[in-house]
Amino acid sequence: MDYQHIGIAVLWTFLYGYIIVGAIDFGAGFFMLFAKITKQDHIINELVSRYLNPVWEVTNVFLVFFFVGIVGFFPDTAYYFGSTLLIPASVALILLSIRGAFYAFETYGKDTKFAWVFLYGMTGLLIPASFSTVLSISEGGFIEETKEGVILNWFELLMSPYAWAVVFLSIVSVLFISSGFLTYYAHKAQDTNAYELMRRWFLIWAGPMIIICQFVFLSLRQHNPEHFHEATAHYWWLFGLSILFFIGAVALILMRRYHGVAFLMIMIQFALAFFGYGISKLPYILYPYIDLNHAVVNDSMALALVIVFIAGLLLLVPSLLLLLRLFIFDADYVSGKRR
Amino acid sequence: MDGVIISRLLTGMTLAFHIIFATIGVALPFMFMIAEGLGLYKKDPAYLAMAKRWAKGFTITVAVGVVTGTIIGLQLSLLWPSFMRIGGQVIALPLFMETFAFFFEAIFLSIYLYTWDRFKNRWLHWLLNIPIIIGSTMSALFITSVNSFMNTPEGFDMVNGQLVNIEPVAAMLNSSFFVRAFHVVTTGGMTIAFMLASIAAVKLLRNKFSSDRAYHKKGLKVTLLTGLIFSLFAMLAGHASAQFLHNEQPEKLAAMEWHFDTESRADLVLFGVLDEEKQEVKGAIKIPGMLSFLADDRFDTEVKGLNEIPEDERPPLIIHYFFDLMVFFGVFSFAISVLYFMLKKFKKDWTHQPFMLYMIALTGPMSMLAIEFGWFLAEMGRQPWLLRGYMKVAEGATHADGVSLTLIAFGLLYAVLGFSCIYVLIRIFKDKPAVIDIENNRDNVGGEA
Repeated sequence: MDYQHIGIAVLWTFLYGYIIVGAIDFGAGFFMLFAKITKQDHIINELVSRYLNPVWEVTNVFLVFFFVGIVGFFPDTAYYFGSTLLIPASVALILLSIRGAFYAFETYGKDTKFAWVFLYGMTGLLIPASFSTVLSISEGGFIEETKEGVILNWFELLMSPYAWAVVFLSIVSVLFISSGFLTYYAHKAQDTNAYELMRRWFLIWAGPMIIICQFVFLSLRQHNPEHFHEATAHYWWLFGLSILFFIGAVALILMRRYHGVAFLMIMIQFALAFFGYGISKLPYILYPYIDLNHAVVNDSMALALVIVFIAGLLLLVPSLLLLLRLFIFDADYVSGKRR
Repeated sequence: MDGVIISRLLTGMTLAFHIIFATIGVALPFMFMIAEGLGLYKKDPAYLAMAKRWAKGFTITVAVGVVTGTIIGLQLSLLWPSFMRIGGQVIALPLFMETFAFFFEAIFLSIYLYTWDRFKNRWLHWLLNIPIIIGSTMSALFITSVNSFMNTPEGFDMVNGQLVNIEPVAAMLNSSFFVRAFHVVTTGGMTIAFMLASIAAVKLLRNKFSSDRAYHKKGLKVTLLTGLIFSLFAMLAGHASAQFLHNEQPEKLAAMEWHFDTESRADLVLFGVLDEEKQEVKGAIKIPGMLSFLADDRFDTEVKGLNEIPEDERPPLIIHYFFDLMVFFGVFSFAISVLYFMLKKFKKDWTHQPFMLYMIALTGPMSMLAIEFGWFLAEMGRQPWLLRGYMKVAEGATHADGVSLTLIAFGLLYAVLGFSCIYVLIRIFKDKPAVIDIENNRDNVGGEA
C-alpha cells in the first residue's frame, strides 16, 4: 500500500472508533436527560455514570486524533474543509465544549442542576447532527471555488434531502448504538431495571435505524450518482452483510441472549456500512476537489507519520486495554461493588 | 473589521483562555505526584489528602482544558486554512505526536482518578503519575515545537510557494525549540506551584476552619519550595531565551526593549512611555549595558537595533510592556518564595503574618499573568509573520463569512466556561474542611502490599 491508502485507512478506522465511543457517550447523555424528565433517572443514572466517568476524556481524543491526522496526511483538507466549515464546525465545537465541561461540572462538582443535565443531554444529539454536515459536504455539490477562496453554499445544503437524511441517520445511530451498549452493560451489571429500560429503548430505535439507512441510499443516488453506482455495483455485499448483522443483533436482544455478542454485531454492522461507504467514495476525500492520490503529504512526512503511528499504537493499545480491563470488563466495578 | 483582524482576535482569545488550563494540565500532575509521594513516604495522611484534593480540583480544570484544546486544534484549520495547507506539510509530525501524548495522558489520568482505593500497595497507584507526567510534558513539548517552527521555520526549502525537500525531524527540532520548551516547562511548574501556594495562603487568611491551619501550612511549605526551585530554572530559561533572540530573532528583542539604533553597551529599558515618532523613551529606568549583557553575557556586545529592520517587518512596540510585566511578576513570585524561607529560618513567627500571606496570595495570579504576558510577547513579537520569513499573517487567514459571529459566540462560551469553572471549584471546597479528608486517609498511608 502507498502512503495515501495507509493514511486514509488509519484515519477512517479512528473515525469509526470515534463514532462508536462517541455515540455511546452522546446517547447516554440524552438517555440520562430523558430519564430525568420522565422521572426514571434513579434507574439508569448510576449505571451510565459508572461507565462514562472514566472514559469520556478518552472519547474526545479519538476526535482530535482524527482531525489532526487528516490535516497531517492530507493538508489540502485543511484548506477546503477549513474554509467552508467555519460555521458548522464552530457550532459543533461550542456544543462539544459545553457538553464536556458541564459533564465534568455536574459529575465532579458538588451541586447538581437540571440545566446542566439538560445541556449535556441535548448537545448529545446536536453534535452528531452538526458533524454530519462534514460528511454531506464531502460528497460535493455544496461548495464552490472562487477567486477569493472556497465558499459553502448554505442554501443548497439546507435544501438537500441527502444532507437531511445524513443528519437523521447520525441522530438515530447515536441512540441505537448507545442503547445497544447500555443494554449489554446493564445486563453485565445485573441491574434488572436499567436493563429492561435500555432494552426497550434499543428495540424502539431499531425500526427507525433501518428505515433511515434506506433514505440515505436513495438520496445519495440523487445527489452523487457516481458514488451511488460505485457503492451498489461493487460493494453491495458489504451493505448486505451489514443488514444481516443488524438483524442478528436485534434478534439476540429480543431473545434476551448473548448481549455481548449482540453489541459486537452492532459494531460489525456499523463497521461494514461505514467502510463500505468510505471505500466506494475513493479516491475522493472531497468530491471533486480533494483526490486522495494528489492531496497526500510529501513522502518524507508521510513516512514519519506512519512510523509515529505504529510507535503510538504500540503505546496506546496496551494502555487502552488496561483501561477497558479496569472499568468495562471488571465485573466488580461494573456491578458497582468497586468504586 | 476585516477577517484577518478578527481571525487574530479569535485565535488570541482562544489561546489566552486555553493556556490557563493547559498550564494547569501540564504542571498540576507533577504537584500531586510530590504530595502523594510525601504522604506515602512520611506516612502522613495530610499529604495524601492534599494530593486527592488537588486531583479533585484538577478534574474540573482538565475538562475545560480538554475542550478548549479541541477548539484550538480545529480552529487552526478553520481560521488559517491557507497556512495549514502549506504548513501541514511540515508541522504534521509534532501535531500528530502531540495527540498521541495527549491520548496517553488521558488514559492514565482516567485510571489514576478512579483507582485511589484499588491497589493494596499504594505505591503502585503513585506510579501511575509517571505516565501522566510523561504524557503531559510530551504534549507540551510537541505543541511548543509547532509554535517554535512558526518562529524559526527550518527543515524545508521554498520553491514557487511550495515547500519542498522536507525534513520532518529537523523542522521539529528547529533552533528555537529547546530554549522555548525549557521556558514553557519551567514556568508552568513555577506557576502551578505558586497558584497552589496562593490557595493555601487565602485559606489561612480566611481561617474558616481553624483545624485546617496545620494542613495549609504544610501546603505552603511544599508549594513554595517547588515554586522557588522552578522559578530559578525559569529565570535561567528566560536568560537563554534572550540570548537566543539576540542571535536568531533580533527584531523581537529590539522591539521588546525599544532598542532603535544598533550599538554596543545597549541599555536595558524598564517600563517608561514611548514617543513612537521621535523614538524617544520617557520615564523609564535604564540599566546601562544590561541589554548587551543579557544578550551575550558581555557588556560591550553589539545589539541590533530596530531601525535596521525593514519597516513592514517590525513587530508592534507594545510588546515592551508585556516583557516588563512578565519579568516583574515572575521575579516578584520568586522573591516572595525566597523571603518566605528566609523568614522561616530567621524570624519564624513572621512567616504566617497576614502581610506575608497577602504577598503569597498574589504570587499565583501574578505567575499566571506572567505566562499570559509571556505568550502575548512571544506571539505578537513575531508579527507581521505567520511563518517567520515565509508567510505573512494576512496571507494565511480565512475568507469565510461569519468570522465575527464566531468571535462573539466563542467569547460568550469562554465567559460561561470560565465563570462556571470558578463557581464549581469554589463550591467543592467551600464547606469541606481538609481535616475530614485527612481522617479518611489515615488508613491509607501504609505502603505494605
